[in-house]
This record gives sequence, structure tokens and C-alpha cells, in this order.
Amino acid sequence: MGVAILMPALSPTMTEGKLARWLKKEGERIKAGEVIAEIETDKATMEVEAVDEGVLTRILVPEGTENVQVNAPIAELDGGAAPAPSPAPTAVAPASAPALPAAPAAAAAEKDWGPTRTMTVREALRDAMAAEMRRDPDVFLIGEEVAQYQGAYKVSQGLLEEFGPKRVMDMPITEHGFAGMAVGAAFTGLKPIVEFMTFNFSMQAIDQIINSAAKTLYMSGGQLGCPIVFRGPNGAASRVAAQHSQCYASWYAHCPGLKVVAPWSAADAKGLLRAAIRDPNPVIVLENEILYGQSFEVPVDEEFILPIGRAKVERAGTDVTLVAFSIMVGMAMQAAEKLAEQGISAEVINLRSLRPLDTATIVESVKKTNRLVTLEEGWPYAGIGAEVAMRIMEHAFDHLDAPPMRVTGADVPMPYAANLEKLALPRLEQVIEAARAVTYR
Amino acid sequence: MATDSAGSKRRSKAKEPPMGRDALLKAYRDMLLIRRFEEKAGQLYGMGLIGGFCHLYIGQEAVVVGMQAALQPGDQVITSYRDHGHMLACGMEARGVMAELTGRIGGYSKGKGGSMHMFSREQGFYGGHGIVGAQVSLGTGLAFANWYRNDGRVALTYFGEGASNQGQVYESFNLAALFKLPVVFIIENNKYGMGTSVDRASASRDLSKNGSPWGIPGEQVDGMNVQSVHEAGRRAVAHCRAGNGPYLLEMKTYRYRGHSMSDPAKYRTREEVQKMREQHDCIETARADLLALGVAEAELKVIDEEVKAIVQDSADFAQTSPEPPESELWTDVLVEG
Repeated sequence: MGVAILMPALSPTMTEGKLARWLKKEGERIKAGEVIAEIETDKATMEVEAVDEGVLTRILVPEGTENVQVNAPIAELDGGAAPAPSPAPTAVAPASAPALPAAPAAAAAEKDWGPTRTMTVREALRDAMAAEMRRDPDVFLIGEEVAQYQGAYKVSQGLLEEFGPKRVMDMPITEHGFAGMAVGAAFTGLKPIVEFMTFNFSMQAIDQIINSAAKTLYMSGGQLGCPIVFRGPNGAASRVAAQHSQCYASWYAHCPGLKVVAPWSAADAKGLLRAAIRDPNPVIVLENEILYGQSFEVPVDEEFILPIGRAKVERAGTDVTLVAFSIMVGMAMQAAEKLAEQGISAEVINLRSLRPLDTATIVESVKKTNRLVTLEEGWPYAGIGAEVAMRIMEHAFDHLDAPPMRVTGADVPMPYAANLEKLALPRLEQVIEAARAVTYR
Repeated sequence: MATDSAGSKRRSKAKEPPMGRDALLKAYRDMLLIRRFEEKAGQLYGMGLIGGFCHLYIGQEAVVVGMQAALQPGDQVITSYRDHGHMLACGMEARGVMAELTGRIGGYSKGKGGSMHMFSREQGFYGGHGIVGAQVSLGTGLAFANWYRNDGRVALTYFGEGASNQGQVYESFNLAALFKLPVVFIIENNKYGMGTSVDRASASRDLSKNGSPWGIPGEQVDGMNVQSVHEAGRRAVAHCRAGNGPYLLEMKTYRYRGHSMSDPAKYRTREEVQKMREQHDCIETARADLLALGVAEAELKVIDEEVKAIVQDSADFAQTSPEPPESELWTDVLVEG
């Protein structure tokens, strides 16, 4: 009985990749553990080792093929298996963003930056850093694997080549030390960008972020500012369990002296990161690993930048306001689409900035829709949704026709098992249910 | 009173000449200013005019004064919360420091920082940090900036022997050595981290060797003698300025007062403190050295009077400067615009 060799996943969030090279030919006998092929993604290259022993009877995917889906059969051993298994379900969002419906309200409020081109969030972040580094020699990037490796998630691709080893520096695995070092450098007026491989590791450095970066301006009576950016992927990736899947939005947004942004689209990423680098204050930029590979339209204008502290109405609606940030904006947009089919017109607000929070835009929306649902991946307790709901209590209580609802991650550490992980993260049907509940449908 | 024999033994073997007459006179004056300032701060604390934590530097004056004399304009200094002496040594005004202690608008931080959090970019003083050990990474960052700008400046990073056990100190040693950053790490070993003696807190018996795994040269220095400190300081600063990377100095020193004002200091004997004061006091030693150089008592008396006047003026200012206006509550959270 033969078996199928399947396209492996090189990382928790990989959905497809390039089959770069076959190291074995049809008819060759292979042993378990032998390297049979090489796979490439935009992040990494990996060798595929045979799991089973047998004769490679047929190569189904020739070398050089791009976009091979994970779990697709790529070859047959000993005549192959009966029907190939269908791809395993994953908890990740679709690899490409849903097409955006026109958002008239947003288009009116936002500056029109003219023509756009499609790029990934990953490229947008890189372009933002490159643009600011060209503009200001005091800007530099430090972090683990940011230079020679081109970024653990390939966000800093090409920066070492363009700016050299003094401005793009690999750090030893020592978050507390290098974050503190960067804060000290910022006290002298330099503008470091500190990449945390993920924000989970920023907890090693949180004392320097809060006690040193955020508070020194105040403690010095306004003398000693700290122009610094801390950035990296935040929130749940996929199947990496509790210590690597956590949203730090409410942790950092809690603290005066910091600004906190959470981009969703590539345009958000580019515009907000540029603004963060130029800002004379410490800014936390909460990115999302799953969004890195997603593509969006981004203005081509060299000067494109977004203001920190302004939300964006991504989709106009009249019946319910969905407030989200980062990857949850995508889910809110999907929910709005489904709700429209059910005759419910949802307005989607992309917060973009968590501190300061654009209360005016949320209040204006709720005054129109009279209903509020908040979305976030993080825990509900003292979360961003709790803050948004409270602001509506304070500023638009009389306009509410239903108690606000929040859709959040489950109040537990992130489980590893695929089924439990799925349950721990916000789901589309929960958003739809919440929207129906507050509209009494 | 002359330098004790133990102190002389600890004096480094290098051949640099000791401080000249004028430099030693200035050091005497600066140490005395710190001593009198701290005594006054202690008084004001007792009168309820200073709140919260107040960590006095009395006894350790030779360390900052000797090191400061080894610096050039533009070099930077950063330290922990026992920081009044460092500020005065950097040339910050006694008035502004004392008024910060009393929480007044005339203080260096407009009354919003207090004893542990004062800064002066003009004088190269970067704080004043309340979290034990945090200033070591920050000071490494000051040196990183000097390296990045290639401006030849050196950063002095002070910390106590208690802080020397913090993880980020060793992270900083590694970073500084890896990138050859111009930073002098100065461990002010006053023997007690609050109430815990160094023997009970550190398995390392010679803290000057704590940077050796990273190849950071280190030496033990008689921190009770300003000339020894100065000599070692010059060597360390020159090493850094020449681009050779970090340097570590362990200053053997002693604080006469408790860890903070609220410390009853039951962890050591009266006799131990008394002995240090009588036999190792840095100001008395400098005074004796000056007299031996032929400086007249009258000249020292003039300095004593000048220092007394400065301290009295700072205390007056610190009590008459108004509290910050209520509007200050909301300012300086973020740089606007």
C-alpha cells in the first residue's frame, strides 16, 4: 500500500509555499529521514525529509512550482495512497484580505492620497522603516535577527543591505538589556526602532518600556523625552500555545506616557509606522503575524502617512457599530458582509490607534446606529472593549438602544489543541450573533 | 588625619601623578558641598519638608567627585536613586536639587520627580532612576549613542553592589563588550544593599571581576580616597575614549547613614560606622592631604563658608519656591505636536 507525500508547513501560519527543488528522481528508493526536496516561503527555506520508506513512484508537483498549498500531495511513494486527505482545517484567517467595499464615510474623512498599489503588510512595514531611515540618520533598527537573517518574519528584508550594519543591528537574545539600551540612546535624541520578535518577549523588557521610556518625560518636568518605537507581532499566531499567543493591547494602552497603535491593512501599517517613528514619544506598534502576508491597496505617494489617534470608518452602516482593531477588523468586515445579507447594516470602525483613542469617531457612529459591539482577540477583563464601552457610557449613554456587547478571546491561557484554540479565539458567528442580539433580531 | 594603610594598599599600581593642588582643592570643595547638602536634606526630611524616599550619599562623596574630575564636557553620567551627590558633582545647582526634594516648582523636575528622578541634559546628567539596575542598561544606551554618533564621549554608569546582581547588568556587560561601547561601569560597593551585606547577597567575592567573562577590565579602588578614585577614573575613561570598549571599577566605599531616611540600620554596629568615619573619611583625608601640600587653614575655612552659604541658600529656596500649580498635573505626559 503506497502513501502520498504532502506539502509540509514550515511555520504555524504558513498556508502555501514554493516547491523549490526535488533532490530525488522518480523511481529512486528513499529512506525515512532522507532529504527529498526543498521548500521556500517568503520567510524561510526548508528541507523536506521523508517520513516513510519506499520508492518514489511519481512526482506530482514539479520543482519551481509556486503557491503549493499546505497538505497538497506533492509525490507518491510506492504507487501512492487512495484519495489524498483534504487540507486540515486551520484557525487562521484567510490568506488574502476580503475585498473591501467602498467606504464613503471614510473616504470623506480621510485625506485622498491618490493612486495606490497592492502590497503586503510585511512590505508596507519595511517600506515605512526604509522611508524614515532615508529621511533621518538618527533612526536605526535593532532586534533579534533583524539584520543578517532579514527579520524572523522577514519584515526587515533588504534594510541591512541599504543602511549597513550600524543602522540595522542584530541583538543577542537579551530583550531587557537591549530595550533599556535603546531607551538610553533615545534619551540623547536618537530614534531607535526596537523590534521584538514577538510582543510576548517584550514582557522581559516591560520595566524599561513603562518605568523608563513612558515615565521619564513626566518625572523630568518635560526635559527628557524618549523618541522610540517598539514594534513586532502581537496577539495569537497559530498553534503556538499560551506563551506565544497573547494580545498586549490593553497592557500598553493602560499606561500614560505611551502611544499605542495597531494597524490592520498595509496602508495602516505603512502610515502608522511612519508616524510612530516621527513621533517624539515612545510608541508601541502592535503588528500581527497572520496579517504580514495579506495584501491591501497602499497609496504610492512618497509622503503617505497617517495621524496617530484617528480611527477609520472602514464601512459605513446604520444599524450597529462594530469596533475592532488589528486582525479583528478583517473579521468585522466579514461579519458586516454577512449581516448585510440578513438586512442588518453594520458600520465598521478600525481603531488604528488604541492610545490615544478616537472617542469622537466611535461616539458619532453610535449616535447614528444606537448599538455597539466590540471585537478583540485579547482577554475581556479590563480589555479594549471594556474601555470603548465605558466611553460610550460616558458620552452617548442616552443614544444606546441596547447594552453594548463584546466579542473577545476566551478568558483562559491559549490552548494548543486545534479545536480548543479555535474556541479560544473570537469567531465570525459570535460577531454575527452579538450584532443580532443588540439589534434584537 | 592621614590615609589609612588599607586604603594605600588598595591604591592602584599605575604611575599617574596624584591630583594637583588646585584639582584637590576643588574636589575638597565639591565633597564638602555634597556632605553639607545631604546633612541639610536630612534635616529638612526630619522637619517633614521632604517626603517619600530620601537616600543620602554621606560617606561616599569621593566616588562621584573623583570620577567627575576625570571627565570632559559632553560626557554623560547616570545613576540610581542615591543621586544627589552625582547631580551636584555634575555641576547642577544646589537650589534646583533641594527644591526638587521639597517638591517645588523651582526643582529640576518642577517638583514632579522628587529625590530619585532628576535630570539635566545641559550638565550631562541622565538621572536619577528609581528601579534598581535599570540605569545600567540605560547608561549602556548613552554609550551606544556616543558610539553611534562617533563623538568621542564617554558614559559613566553608576550602580550599587546590590544592583550588581540584577540580570540586566550582565545583559548590559555583554552588549557593551560586544559592541565596544564607551561606558565605565562603576559599582559603588558600600557593603550593604539596604540591610543585606554584600557577603549575603553576592557569591562573587571580587566584584571588579564581574565583567571578566566578557573581557571587561576591572579594578578595585579605594573609594574613600578621592585621589585614588581620580587616578582609576582617568585610566578607565581613557580606555573607553580610545575605543577599547567598557571598563569596570569597583569602588570600596561606605555610607554613614541608613539606606534611606526610614532605615534604623540595625544590620551593622555603631562601632563599624564610627570606625569608618574616624579613620577613612574622604573629606578628612583630602583635608589632611591639602594641609600637607601647604594649603593654609584659612583657605579651607573660606571654602567651608562658601559651601555653607550655598547650602543655606538652597534650603531657603527650597522652602520658598511655590508648589507646582495644579495645571502641572496634566503637563509633560507626552511631547505635544
